[in-house]
Amino acid sequence: MPMTTDQIKVSIQRGEDRTDVFDVPAYENQTVLDVVSWIQQYADPTLSYRFACRVGMCGSCAMMVNGVPRWTCRTHMSKVCDGDTVTIGPLRNLPVIKDLAVDMDPFFDKWTAAEGVHHPSASRDDPIASIDPETPQRVTANAGIECINCAVCYAACDTVATQPDYLGPAALQRAWTLLNDSKDSARTDIIDAISGNDGCHNCHSMGSCTVYCPNELDPMSAIAGLKRETATAFFKRRGNA
Amino acid sequence: MGGHCDMNRVKGSMSRAHPLWLAYIVHRISGIILALFLPLHFWVLAMALTDPTRLDGFLHLTEHSLVKLAEFGLVVLLAIHMFGGLRLMALEWLPWASWQKTLAAAATALAFLTATLFLLNAYGG
Amino acid sequence: MLNLRLYMLQRITALLMAPLVLGHLAVMIYAVQGGLSTAEILGRTQGSVSWLLFYGTFVIAAAIHAAIGLRVIAYEWCGLKGGILDLVMWGGGLGLLALGGRAVWAVTAI
Repeated sequence: MPMTTDQIKVSIQRGEDRTDVFDVPAYENQTVLDVVSWIQQYADPTLSYRFACRVGMCGSCAMMVNGVPRWTCRTHMSKVCDGDTVTIGPLRNLPVIKDLAVDMDPFFDKWTAAEGVHHPSASRDDPIASIDPETPQRVTANAGIECINCAVCYAACDTVATQPDYLGPAALQRAWTLLNDSKDSARTDIIDAISGNDGCHNCHSMGSCTVYCPNELDPMSAIAGLKRETATAFFKRRGNA
Repeated sequence: MGGHCDMNRVKGSMSRAHPLWLAYIVHRISGIILALFLPLHFWVLAMALTDPTRLDGFLHLTEHSLVKLAEFGLVVLLAIHMFGGLRLMALEWLPWASWQKTLAAAATALAFLTATLFLLNAYGG
Repeated sequence: MLNLRLYMLQRITALLMAPLVLGHLAVMIYAVQGGLSTAEILGRTQGSVSWLLFYGTFVIAAAIHAAIGLRVIAYEWCGLKGGILDLVMWGGGLGLLALGGRAVWAVTAI
């Protein structure tokens, strides 16, 4: 849909009670990131925001656009413009550093807390493991590997909003991916990490993570996988006891 | 940290208009109302022992159409909460695909079927 | 906030209650026909071990299930933490258990 106006009214949320409105020239094929960049280059050089690759790979440019978390470099204005206005704010659920730049530390700390790191099962001296891409377990692992750590799911999650220590969809999806990766050796560590007070059992399957993931991944199903895995282990342990 | 309930804790304006989130909020609200209703329900029933005439008084109330409507609402809530819960457990514990949405829809349909059945009996009986 | 044990307790009581709820719905649909009265309810339930077990199990499962649900909501929407949160869970659960147990006893005891 081509833009019907010459100017877009862009509201930028720059703190608790400060919203600046800018008139930005409208173009066809214009992304939200283009608009933010235009403001910073031509209207207000003090505007802080973050981006790197501009092609949906680095995961650094996510912002709230009209109340929806989005990757701004691959979101066209024609898709989000409400008439000739749009509201852009910093990503939800993360501390704001300045303007549109948020502190991603809590997000990545939880990634590590969920054991979302590689636990090698072989050394460099071993032959390269052969992986059959067709096994169900590998297919499950593959489903989550395209995560770019943009934190859109984290911003979309109401459980993160009400339980600040909850590990969140991205970290838990990573844990589920590693749990299904035959090259990862720390099964028990991962299970322990995601079964604690801030783990996967706090998820209410609201599904906003899956609905808003820009790479069309499905963190909610990954978390369901973790719940299934821990529930099965729970019954088995009772059975053996 | 104040003790009073504050919905602002669900902070930040965020679009939540999608079926899975709506299923969540319906499940939560129906659960809260059922939990609030249970003490009253138990208290009234216990009158069978302590004060049978008073219980009969309460039971006569159920013939008023307004009370009938409230009863109907509670039955709907119970059915919705149960089918919604079954949907959640199917989603969590069964390796699932897109049919879970179909299941959610079927759950709601069944809930309304049960409730309608109740209503028909209550008014038609 | 919810660990594996509380999560499993809530799910297991839910599974247990699913057939009980269906049974309860059926009883209600049957019982409201022709209006409700104390005599009618007691005539059905008084002295019945089956009804005692049915509704006794129901009350225990509902008390546990509701208590864990209240815990989550008290934490997420009311910001309660630590000891107060445990108090809400235990108080809610034991309260429902006491009231429910009393009600079941009232309609089944001879």
